Amino acid sequence: MKVLVAVKRVIDYNVKIRVKPDHSDVDLTNVKMAMNPFCEIAVEEAVRLKERGVATEVVAVTVGPKAAQEQLRTALALGADRAIHVETDERVESLGAAKALAKLVEEEQPGLVILGKQAIDTDNNQTGQMLAALTGLPQGTFASEVVVEEGKLKVTREVDGGLQTLELTLPAIVTTDLRLNEPRYAKLPDIMKAKKKPMDVKSPADLGIEVASKVKLVKVEPPAERQGGVKVGSVDELIDKLKNEAKVL
Amino acid sequence: MCILVLAEHHDGALAGATAHVVAAAQQIAQQSGGEIHVLVAGSDVGAIAEAAAKLDGVAKVRVADHAAYAHLLAEPTAALLNELAGDYTHLLAAASTTGKNVLPRVAALRDVAQISEIIAVESPDTFKRPIYAGNAIATVQSEDILKVITVRSTGFDAVGESGSAPVQAVDFVAENAQSTFVKEALAKSDRPELGAARVVISGGRGMGNGENFTLLDGIADKLGAAIGASRAAVDAGFVPNDMQVGQTGKIVAPELYIAVGISGAIQHLAGMKDSKVIVAINKDEEAPIFQVADYGLVADLFQALPELEGRL
Repeated sequence: MKVLVAVKRVIDYNVKIRVKPDHSDVDLTNVKMAMNPFCEIAVEEAVRLKERGVATEVVAVTVGPKAAQEQLRTALALGADRAIHVETDERVESLGAAKALAKLVEEEQPGLVILGKQAIDTDNNQTGQMLAALTGLPQGTFASEVVVEEGKLKVTREVDGGLQTLELTLPAIVTTDLRLNEPRYAKLPDIMKAKKKPMDVKSPADLGIEVASKVKLVKVEPPAERQGGVKVGSVDELIDKLKNEAKVL
Repeated sequence: MCILVLAEHHDGALAGATAHVVAAAQQIAQQSGGEIHVLVAGSDVGAIAEAAAKLDGVAKVRVADHAAYAHLLAEPTAALLNELAGDYTHLLAAASTTGKNVLPRVAALRDVAQISEIIAVESPDTFKRPIYAGNAIATVQSEDILKVITVRSTGFDAVGESGSAPVQAVDFVAENAQSTFVKEALAKSDRPELGAARVVISGGRGMGNGENFTLLDGIADKLGAAIGASRAAVDAGFVPNDMQVGQTGKIVAPELYIAVGISGAIQHLAGMKDSKVIVAINKDEEAPIFQVADYGLVADLFQALPELEGRL
């Protein structure tokens, strides 16, 4: 079974972002970029499926600028066999990404597509679900466990009240949640080997789609700032302040 | 203009979140005087539909009561919403795991974008939403003919329950040969729901293990609080995932949030920094949590917690 993994280039999760003074967007100049943490979990799951003999081939894909090829090389270093880059400099929102991925699913005919549940920049949590709709496939979102069993997929999902388990027919779309696995680090020899693995570059036009969104970014502002707080010296002082100053007790 | 709200429900009862989503719908409708409908989909949902009919501002409740919609699986529920969407300008749901699971599938079926987790309505086509773990707020404007939106409950005050809308059955039954419900393991608690509690007390890695979370029980009992946790505590297996507060867990904005043994990573702050009053108890005075705390107590939680419980 071929497994397709979609990854996204985003800010490193430790970065504290700043909003541009003109409020047009977030300032990303010289900011450290990385593979979205949920996408790392997706790559790890795909590679584990290959190691277990369930997946025969892992194909990593991304929709984004040329720099995103760095993340594809990382995926290749972690165990993906080949990569596809849908190259565009346009702002890619979830629907646009899903449309590109749907075309790749049509071409590649994978048995399983794994994506991160959300990107930590947009925090949309939409692409996997949209891809499922466009391809007419079932979806197992926020997965904390995935088991391929007798040609079906058993997915345990993290939901508001706890855990839910579903059985899906294959092919299916899965989005990863935090506890699905703990991703490995790429080892230096694999990073070197990754440079030789095949990477195919296409444009949205090659796929016959447009990625532009009908949602316009009007402005970006910093959040309301909290007033600075104080340190209290004891539990008694804390309770006193909560009762008499903050009036929440 | 016509707005359809997908009702959130659990365990045979309408969830509090629905009233917050209707409030968001009211803000969208207010200038153009549109109608707000609530769709209750599920199996055996008569009582839930009755409850939804009482929400202020609701003109009609539509009920799709059929085994096909039990557990609100994404495939049939999205097909149902897709079937009804032609009559609406806006489609809303709570930004719960149900809303997040179902709505994007509908958006793609309608070939429109989705706007996730709005915290404010500027106009019927312009909304504010958090990005970058809430470290920036984006104002976005949609030109799509159907606006598909998930709503962050903490951004809108719930509507009241003095309404009496008519309830109408929806006949459409979606076919589904692709997904089957197997089982679920849901937490049962007498404590208030995390998302709705007036007070939340959360434990982090500093708690050391799952048993130590019982140190929070007495305090939670006295304050009528919900108990939450940081990702670290969940990852370490101290507590189950439904307690996680953070960027990708529950978003809470209680009157009082007490963070115990939590360092204050960006991702945790994303889930609680809109709390009215934040208290931090941590033995590390450099912990980032103290930067957002209104009151910080640098102390060993194993001493501070019993003391706090005793003094309350």
